[in-house]
Amino acid sequence: MGRFKKEISKSTPDLNMGSMSDIIFMFLFFFMVITTMRESTLFVTIQLPKATEVQKLEKKSLVANINIGEPNKLYVAKLGHEPRIQLNDQFAEVEDVGEFVYTEKEGRPEGDRNKITWSLKVDKKVKMGIVTDVKQEMRKANAFKVNYSSTKAIK
Amino acid sequence: MARGKTPGLNTGSMSDISFLLLTFFLLTSSINTDQGLQRKLPPPLKQNTEDVKMHKRNVMVVLVNMNDQIMVNSEFLPDVNALKDKTKEFISNPTDAPNMSEKKTVYVNELGREEVVSKGVVSLQNDRGTSYEMYIAVQNQLTAAFNELRDQYSQTHFGKPFNNLTESQRKGVQKVVPVNISEAEPVNYGGNK
Repeated sequence: MGRFKKEISKSTPDLNMGSMSDIIFMFLFFFMVITTMRESTLFVTIQLPKATEVQKLEKKSLVANINIGEPNKLYVAKLGHEPRIQLNDQFAEVEDVGEFVYTEKEGRPEGDRNKITWSLKVDKKVKMGIVTDVKQEMRKANAFKVNYSSTKAIK
Repeated sequence: MARGKTPGLNTGSMSDISFLLLTFFLLTSSINTDQGLQRKLPPPLKQNTEDVKMHKRNVMVVLVNMNDQIMVNSEFLPDVNALKDKTKEFISNPTDAPNMSEKKTVYVNELGREEVVSKGVVSLQNDRGTSYEMYIAVQNQLTAAFNELRDQYSQTHFGKPFNNLTESQRKGVQKVVPVNISEAEPVNYGGNK
């Protein structure tokens, strides 16, 4: 019986770390695939309104954002409290929306140009005047698919 | 030159590097997708288009003024949340009331039979001074009304909610209960910007 006793090693065996990096890489690729880079930093404060009947937007690559809201703390001194439009990385006027629509369409493959959803991210305190102006500009520029971005409220 | 076995590479630091990348992507990614109410804007008006004439009883006029007060068919509506039921009643018109929308029978290809379709249209007009929050609340109520009508129809005819139907069934139901929300061309009522 005593025969089996002798093979007790003193040091713990090394763990093989090679497969760990494989697992981490798998995670990495997963996040790389589902990720889209965080959108341009907002210069306007936006608190989205609440709605119960929201639908999710599919295909992020086919969404273009139009932000409307009061300028940030940083810009309030310069621009005042009047709501402003932000397109990509800069403040814009209502007249610039047509140009924005055009460049956004240019940047996408031909077949997708009419499938773009224009997501209006508007602060809930903003008056409809500026929103209506933007919508009129979009109609002129043939941008019809609109999403009124809002957060989901429980019924 | 020494030949023979190549020494094993130390791969321990590799996982460190991939961890770094992983944390970078974790931080920069945003999984939550955008969500909201989806609408289609009408094409721009042409110079000489005539107004489509609609029977008065088929149009439900919803007005929202600069103080976020709502008026439905010249009747003051104190609460937004009542708009859903009002819209449902108007569109479906279960009692065939003379002041609510008419109906017509339409042959629906996808369902292979004739169905009663409401002629009702919701006409929404808001002031430039209306707050966006109220606008969304109104749009939400209208959407909810149409969604519930679709669900009702699907439940009675297919025994399951609208979202669980097949593609062609859904198209059929969309024809039976079309979302007729028309936004009036903007007019400046309030005077101020």
